[in-house]
Amino acid sequence: MGLDYHGHKPPSGALRGAAYNAGHAKTLRAPALEALTSRARRAFIATGMAAAAGPALAQFRLEISGVGATQVPVAVAPFRDEAAASVAVSRVVRADLERSGLLRTVDAEATLDERSVVDLPPLRARGIDALLAGSVTRLADGRYDVRYKLWDAVRGEEVLGQSKVVLEGDLRLAAHRVADEVQHKLTGERGVNATRVAYVVREGRRYTLHVTDADGEGGAVALASPESIISPAWSPDGRQLAYVSFETQKAVVWVQDITTGARRLVANFRGSNSAPAWSPDGQRLVVTLSQDGLAQLYTLPAAGGTPTRLTRSSGIDTEAAFTPDGKTVYFVSDRGGGPQVYRVPASGGNADRVTFKGDYNISPAVSPDGRQLAYITRISGGFRLMLQDLADGTVLPLSDTQDDESPSFAPNGRLLVYATRIQGTDVLMTTTLDGKIKTRLLSTSRGADMREPAWGPYGR
Amino acid sequence: MTTLNYRLHAAAALTAALTLLAGCGTTKLPDQAALTPVENRSPVASTQAPAVANPATAAGTPQSRVASVDLARGAGAAAAGGTALMALPGQRIVYFDFDSFVIKSDYKTLIDAYAQALTANRGKKLVIEGHADERGGREYNLALGQKRSGAVLNTLKLLGANDTQMEAVSFGEERPAASGGNEEAWAKNRRAELKDR
Repeated sequence: MGLDYHGHKPPSGALRGAAYNAGHAKTLRAPALEALTSRARRAFIATGMAAAAGPALAQFRLEISGVGATQVPVAVAPFRDEAAASVAVSRVVRADLERSGLLRTVDAEATLDERSVVDLPPLRARGIDALLAGSVTRLADGRYDVRYKLWDAVRGEEVLGQSKVVLEGDLRLAAHRVADEVQHKLTGERGVNATRVAYVVREGRRYTLHVTDADGEGGAVALASPESIISPAWSPDGRQLAYVSFETQKAVVWVQDITTGARRLVANFRGSNSAPAWSPDGQRLVVTLSQDGLAQLYTLPAAGGTPTRLTRSSGIDTEAAFTPDGKTVYFVSDRGGGPQVYRVPASGGNADRVTFKGDYNISPAVSPDGRQLAYITRISGGFRLMLQDLADGTVLPLSDTQDDESPSFAPNGRLLVYATRIQGTDVLMTTTLDGKIKTRLLSTSRGADMREPAWGPYGR
Repeated sequence: MTTLNYRLHAAAALTAALTLLAGCGTTKLPDQAALTPVENRSPVASTQAPAVANPATAAGTPQSRVASVDLARGAGAAAAGGTALMALPGQRIVYFDFDSFVIKSDYKTLIDAYAQALTANRGKKLVIEGHADERGGREYNLALGQKRSGAVLNTLKLLGANDTQMEAVSFGEERPAASGGNEEAWAKNRRAELKDR
């Protein structure tokens, strides 16, 4: 099914960041003056086709609202011969770097590749901190060699050089890895450009489970069904997806291998089987089963088998989420009346309550460093994304929308993806943990409903 | 818009005189080996035959590939043969108040009739499907729907039906009977449906 990128009007204000076509010149000031305040500001960044000839490539627009305080300026040259490949590698890299909110890219108006000899001081004098150039070479066996070099203009030397040999179907993945490596080198922050996001779309009576790159591109359908699919959950190695399917007229947990499509039943017990959560070592799943009367948490071997009960309450226990060290399971329980977030040792024991603000708190997600908890709170009838510091309990609202659902952390802990509704359209959004930089990852056409995002792990 | 001019040694730019990867390793992505079929080791062996669009090929599968599985329509509960439990099929839905799992007295007659039908014929089976209105999270609503169908099942059990004749399941908010985003629609969605199996 097609996903539309809603066109945005060209920006009227100052354009920050990418410049792809020759246009009016702007004097480049030093980064200190360029430094943007942390006031949230809308910046539309358009990525269009390079002026240089090349195959017609998909045009898309990023919408980034809110800008970070400082951004490292990087000059990027089109990779040699990328026009002859099916993916414009440098354009994917530039969009990835921009989306991080930490970097801004400018045109390197020269033909360069990783072998070029570069004069760095003039770059530095113009406020450019780094230069990236490379090439995409088709090998005799049909694979591609993606090579690049990164020069640090501040240090006056090359700091990174890589070669990646990939199948043609992995060219986008190679570009995302380049962006991750460059981002890590220049900012110290690990990028998530090579990761993927799973989500569900409903159109009429057709439900599809999608897997897309973290930039929203390359979406593929992993499962199509006439019945609902909910709660996708990535295995820690990123090779499998667990999910709940209603194809047999009840809620059942399946696990599917993403590359082969092979599926297997994991929990098909009496009543409802749902909310799968993988342990960080990939060995176990915690699921919600109603086989003993009320929804409670059970632990299962990841290959399937006999469940062991994990929680005991007279209420509903559901929506398990492991901490990264695998020792604790956060979950939702209404044992006290309304649903709140609790936690229990993964080996069993007493549960204690974690959320205390509001009377309806659900959908917990634990940050990769184990320090923060994202969840959804009902407030004045609407549902809003919140972030809680697990050490001191302070709570920060992360959005100002009313229909937030399903928060999921990126594996670098810098971003959250969630589903929400903006002006009648269901969308997937990402946000930084201070709530300031948001991007619209994907949206659907009217009449289609998008939900249940789950951010995949590193490791691809 | 920013343009840059910097001096290049033009001739050198075209030569491959420099070592390309000084000090950095070469990263090689492994080829995908042929994948062996996944064995179904679940306690309930149920193998659907998915229509896999692109079977994996040996030593040539990109890591990025996502196989597509399309479930055949109609893979669901088979229609029960024989007579329905109730003479009037329309009378098979129990509605609930907001946030409630209490079976109101309005439905006493209905529940009694089902209990009698199940008691009279131990071969008859029933599935009770619970639902919730759309407000709130999907997983929590799935559990709320289950509470509703569970309440109906427990009542039938108390009235004499056997556990083995019945299963309570839930669709949560996934199968609304009415759309509209208002109390009128929500009231129609807070329900448990009794169906022959």
